[in-house]
Amino acid sequence: MTTLGIPIPKRPIHPTGVWDWLTTIDHKKIGVLYGVTAFFLFLTGGVEALWMRVQLTGPEADYVTPEVYNQLFTMHATTMIFLGVMPMGAAFFNFLIPLQIGARDVAFPRLNAFSYWTFLAGALILKLSWFLGGAPNAGWFGYAPITGVEYNPGNGIDFWILSLQVLGIASLAAAFNFIVTIINLRAPGMSLMRMPLFTWMSFVTAFLLILAFPVITVALIELMFDRFYGTNFFVTSAGANPLLWQHLFWVFGHPEVYILILPAMGIVSEILPTFSKKPLFGYPVIVLSGVVIGFMGWMVWAHHMFTVGLGPVANSVFAVTTMAIAIPTGVKIFSWIGTMWGGSISFKTPMLFSIGFIALFIIGGLSGVMHSSAASDAQQQDTYFIVAHIHYVLFGGAIFAIFGGIYYWFPKMTGKFLGEGLGQLNFWLMFIGMNVTFFPMHFLGLDGMPRRVYTYSEGMGWDYWNLVATVGSLVLALGVLVFLYNFFKTLISGEEAPGDPWDGRTLEWSIPSPPPHYNFVQIPTVADLDDWWRRKRENDSSLAPVAGSSEDEHDIHLPDPSYWPLVTAVGLFIGAYGLLYTLNIGTFTGFPLFAIVGGSITLVGITAWSLEPVNEPDSDH
Amino acid sequence: MVDWLWSFSGSKETLGVALRTMSICTPMRKRLVGVLLIALFGMLLLACYPDNPQSTFDATGPVAQSQLDLFWMIFWAALVVFIVVEGVLVYTIIRYRRKSEDYDPPQTHGNTVLEISWTILPAIILAIVAVPTVTTIFDNANSPSLVGEPAIEVEAVGYQWWWEFKYDDPNNPGNEIVTANEMHIPVDTVVNVTLSSPNVLHSFWIPKIAGKVDVVPNNVNTLWIKAEETGSFLGQCAEFCGVAHANMRFRVIVESSTEFDAWLASQDEPALEPVDPLAIEGKTIFEGNQAQCWTCHTVSGSAKAQGTVGPNLTHVGSRTHIASGIRVNDQKNLREWIADPDRVKPGNLMSATAKVYTDPISKLTDAQVSALVRYLQGLK
Repeated sequence: MTTLGIPIPKRPIHPTGVWDWLTTIDHKKIGVLYGVTAFFLFLTGGVEALWMRVQLTGPEADYVTPEVYNQLFTMHATTMIFLGVMPMGAAFFNFLIPLQIGARDVAFPRLNAFSYWTFLAGALILKLSWFLGGAPNAGWFGYAPITGVEYNPGNGIDFWILSLQVLGIASLAAAFNFIVTIINLRAPGMSLMRMPLFTWMSFVTAFLLILAFPVITVALIELMFDRFYGTNFFVTSAGANPLLWQHLFWVFGHPEVYILILPAMGIVSEILPTFSKKPLFGYPVIVLSGVVIGFMGWMVWAHHMFTVGLGPVANSVFAVTTMAIAIPTGVKIFSWIGTMWGGSISFKTPMLFSIGFIALFIIGGLSGVMHSSAASDAQQQDTYFIVAHIHYVLFGGAIFAIFGGIYYWFPKMTGKFLGEGLGQLNFWLMFIGMNVTFFPMHFLGLDGMPRRVYTYSEGMGWDYWNLVATVGSLVLALGVLVFLYNFFKTLISGEEAPGDPWDGRTLEWSIPSPPPHYNFVQIPTVADLDDWWRRKRENDSSLAPVAGSSEDEHDIHLPDPSYWPLVTAVGLFIGAYGLLYTLNIGTFTGFPLFAIVGGSITLVGITAWSLEPVNEPDSDH
Repeated sequence: MVDWLWSFSGSKETLGVALRTMSICTPMRKRLVGVLLIALFGMLLLACYPDNPQSTFDATGPVAQSQLDLFWMIFWAALVVFIVVEGVLVYTIIRYRRKSEDYDPPQTHGNTVLEISWTILPAIILAIVAVPTVTTIFDNANSPSLVGEPAIEVEAVGYQWWWEFKYDDPNNPGNEIVTANEMHIPVDTVVNVTLSSPNVLHSFWIPKIAGKVDVVPNNVNTLWIKAEETGSFLGQCAEFCGVAHANMRFRVIVESSTEFDAWLASQDEPALEPVDPLAIEGKTIFEGNQAQCWTCHTVSGSAKAQGTVGPNLTHVGSRTHIASGIRVNDQKNLREWIADPDRVKPGNLMSATAKVYTDPISKLTDAQVSALVRYLQGLK
């Protein structure tokens, strides 16, 4: 077959092995790819964190140079946020949303594959910076003007910009895809208010992504122009106001915090009802509070800027809006406790992580209210108190929920249970390690230790709690190692899991584990929230988890795999380097070889993709 | 309720007594819990020890005090919420733990009264917190000098990675008195600090005197401070500003107004001329073309040393610390600093730019370092 006269390799119809993974457009496989990649990147971010903890164990330590330390904290945060928590959320979106809404795939399966490969490209651009002359070193919010060429002549910031731009493409494509999927592909009868809470929170998150990423994209393009083409958006020596960057960054950055936490809240809202054997308490209120958080997340950005001199009026307004956002958050917490109240609570690992999430998120929420008081925040801003707060929210919050989600849906994904005993050990090590690491940081901050310092003097009174925090971080790391051991042990010799191992409530538990590639033999008709639970209790067997017969399977038409999403993303990966690396050929300097090659590959990829039919005529489904 | 909380503000003793009283009049088991609680609380309070040089718990001026008061108020409110909510959580998971696999609990979907009340209750608590927050924001934004309280003006400039402080010259209006890394202020006096940066962001923070205000290029920020005790107070840059951010420290030296006036007058004097031969040699090196110290540093009174890139060294010998507050100003430290500044403060711009550090041929000899040290120590 040829397209535009270009010979194109034959489309993969039934690829196996590596080709299967490279060309898959099955949302479940893409979910697994996202999850495994993001978890690996999460580990790299963890190593970066441990390195910092070692350096801060005692005063005036000398394990890393200040230059490397600055790269470590920048990379740790950028990795954890953009390459760890966000894509792990995406892994759950991918795997679960079609299953929860009773669909056979997402609305745009190839776009979904493209999102993953583009995310991988962005992740590689960031992480490879360690080996290409130095990682970014200006903190994860890259405040101007220290990101400018004048103060930061190396390539680290360039890698950071390019990586975030590429990751932005991946996030936007995925967000559009999930919005269309959730709006259009819900099973008959599944009204919005019958949607599982995880799907609801993902829906809100997708809107936040679509609205937030353009803002950071604009900021990054301006910074990129400053660095590559000599513009002056953030060049203070040319008169720029560096606060422009801060506003743009946090208008993106605060909704980003909710992009990280809402999926986690969704995960917890699935686990709590299952292990309490009770429906979510106040489902409409939890949905509404999630939507309200999504809206209000746009009104609070300047609370990251209480000390930059916005003046008392602005600070007061943002203090009050920030306090107000605690209300819907509190409502969620109370509703979760209400869900467990009167239930029959089983303490399996997923539930432990979810209860841990609530307990720790309360602490993070309360320290958040402390920061919201702008006057008092003047003592806390940019200290370890903030570091403690963000880790209670994002580690105690997002990461705990993600671990709970992994234990909960692992049987669905693989057909095997993660070891329960190891799971409990995993939880307790992480729970204790997390508190021993991050709780003392509250004290350090209030005792005047600023964040982002590679060293501190003796006699500041910070030695003891820093030592404690480092010990805690090792316990935490041990917990993660136990998880890894559990993971591999389960893959080799895990206990087989049935289709509905936890007595679940939502549609994904109505099909076998792991689900067949077409998910549902018959698209279910939904009559209730927690429809699967209702059917089980009413002995309605029409949705029992059975695989379809081969005859049924034959009638199910799914799109065929495709090379083009991968090819398009590879083009972006190469093309992004084109802005940095140019060739000098004779008298012609600055020949943009990478940009031309990468751009061409992307163009070919997009063209071939758009000309490719959903199914090859000769394929059997 | 709020008054009761206030009574504990900042006072470990009151809290200890209150808890002890509580524990005495309860039965044995509860008493043990009380003792444990006190132990835990003691640990937590000791965790933030007011004696630490940058502790925010030892406020010495009205600005830091107002911030601390607000902190305590929110802290106690948060603690109550914490105990109640975590308590209910723990109670719930213990009471409703699974006892039988076959039991399906009633499928309750919600409770309107509960849901409304747990929306309104936090709103009320937050409204109570919001009022003092807003009043404190305005109090701290408006210097008392606006309503006529006498004040002195200081300009603080953030450099990579040190601080410059400028005062109006009382004897010579229009002139400035310039010093570095040690800001002297009179006790019990309002000081209006104007912040600026010709390079990157910094943040001006003296935890015991006032919370931080960022130093933003092309924006002039101000803050007012007042210290109610004399002494030396540590400050530190709190906004990431590059390689030596961790070492961008400074001191605020609070003294009686007579001492302050005397200090200001002494700073107004030109530098002392060296008398002993070693110091004279040091001056020659300082102003010579091998070391070229003069291109970046000012020593007032010297015709040559008028550089403004680095700290003004006119009275460097009178400062308590060197290298933006990270080392005591003594002969040994000064030697180390001049011989190899990058070892003392990695990344500093002097070792990155000065020929004596970048070019091995121009390297200072031990004898030259000794002479420079003697000269600088003499600049009282």
